[in-house]
Amino acid sequence: MTATTIAPTVAPPHRAEVRGPSLLRLTAVELRKLADTRAGRWLLATLALASAVMVVVQLSVLADERQTFTEFFGPQLIPTGLLLPVLGILSITSEWSQRTALTTYTLVPRRERVIVAKLAAVVLAALASVLVSLAIAALGTLVAGATGGAGTWTFEAARLPYAVAFQVLNVLMGAAFGLLLVNTPLAVVTYLVLPTVWAMLSGMVAALREPARWLDTSVTMEPLLGPTMTADQWGRLAVSVLVWVALPLVAGLVRTLRREVS
Amino acid sequence: MIQVEHLTKRYGGRAAVDDVTFTCAPGSVTGFLGPNGAGKSTTMRMICGLASPTSGTATVAGVPYRRLPNPGREIGVLLDASAQHAGRSGREVLALAAATMGVPRREVDVKLDLVGLGEAAARRRVGAYSLGMRQRLGLAHALLGDPRVLVLDEPANGLDPEGIFWMRGLLRDFADRGGSVLLSSHLLREVEAVADRLVVIGGGRIVAQGGTDELLAGAGTLVRARDGAALGRALAAAGLEASPQPGGGLLVRADPDPVGQAAAVAGVALTELRPAGGGGLEQLFLSLTGGTTTKETTA
Repeated sequence: MTATTIAPTVAPPHRAEVRGPSLLRLTAVELRKLADTRAGRWLLATLALASAVMVVVQLSVLADERQTFTEFFGPQLIPTGLLLPVLGILSITSEWSQRTALTTYTLVPRRERVIVAKLAAVVLAALASVLVSLAIAALGTLVAGATGGAGTWTFEAARLPYAVAFQVLNVLMGAAFGLLLVNTPLAVVTYLVLPTVWAMLSGMVAALREPARWLDTSVTMEPLLGPTMTADQWGRLAVSVLVWVALPLVAGLVRTLRREVS
Repeated sequence: MIQVEHLTKRYGGRAAVDDVTFTCAPGSVTGFLGPNGAGKSTTMRMICGLASPTSGTATVAGVPYRRLPNPGREIGVLLDASAQHAGRSGREVLALAAATMGVPRREVDVKLDLVGLGEAAARRRVGAYSLGMRQRLGLAHALLGDPRVLVLDEPANGLDPEGIFWMRGLLRDFADRGGSVLLSSHLLREVEAVADRLVVIGGGRIVAQGGTDELLAGAGTLVRARDGAALGRALAAAGLEASPQPGGGLLVRADPDPVGQAAAVAGVALTELRPAGGGGLEQLFLSLTGGTTTKETTA
């Protein structure tokens, strides 16, 4: 009796799906968000480009006998390790600066699940960046071999998990800063100047030299770039990670859960 | 179905929303009216789990919003059409939402089509959209999960008259199929044509609520005659209470039927006879607007 002659414009309301989105699905969505804007694609491209430029420079300046896979792989981690935290920060803060938090948290009111998915997405990005570094190092080695460099493939196996740990910690630290500080420029600047502040303070104040060895992540993470880590170095790393990654992550998560979205 | 009970939100000492209770039933469009800063958006944010109430409850389909397992399939929400990443295309915005909700990808094109965003518009960055296009995208986003409930905050903002007409039809259709719609506006005229019920809020408190017809009818009849004095005497003789209006004519607290009859009996020629429409409500509305928005910043 109520059938209208006008073509239906809205699908009839029906029994809604009861199951919520799985963490896997949310992670896939967050991965997609990393690359679905021009700004995001530029950042990812810059990450790869920084690695490539590093190797090209090495090919032209390094002595022939030093043009090895290990030499090409290690130094790439530094520029990548500087950019990955920016990716981590942006993945969290852009939801607020672009105000997409409004739709994101309306679709997934259990905000902690979104945060976990975001962390998973940036960790996957960090893993991918190590793969890209390996590939670019391999290319560099091939080119070196063809152009008179050593081109040797020797590589201590321990370097790989260390490199993975280095990049994963970098990206998580960025995400943690983003969660805690929310504001993009504030988080980026704080993240970037922190090591400088440590270096300056521990240079001027003698009493800070010892704490810096435990708390300055640029010092504690440095051994991860080599092939070996001592128990002492692991201890210092753990302390700095607790302070600069774990604490801001927890505090930032609490802040996000309590925050009013508008 | 939305149920709001004694919902209160305080910021510091100030109550932005104060003991608000109303229901949004299936098969109806509820107009949520109030001047800017009256507490409409805050109420809607609490319904959608984006803000925690200081006290009181809000439920959607009988459950607090945050406990809905997949809210987008139950309730479509459009709180701010501009709250989208400027760098994403319209289609990408919907694709992300579809992926989150587990809605088939083809629904994205169906909904884009439904709201009248063509292929070219869908591929453009949202940053390049006009406000009207953002509203259409927001509506597509809200409808994407084929929900049974819609919550829309000022969706007519930025739409042209044709767009507003189109949206009314869409919402009417949605409600006629058993859906519930909660639609906010600061303009009475904008919602009276589509809303079955009105909830009027001012200064965080509900000042009037009821059926649209009933609220508008309460306003009486506007009548006008060339000989105003004779009309006044005729109405008085019929025992009808009349008060002069600023624009001329008389506002009578009665239906048009007895008013016309009284004039005919007295032989007074009328130049106008009509229900006063939202006159009374408009008056209430203006008093709210005058009283609150000057003091509060608009949301």
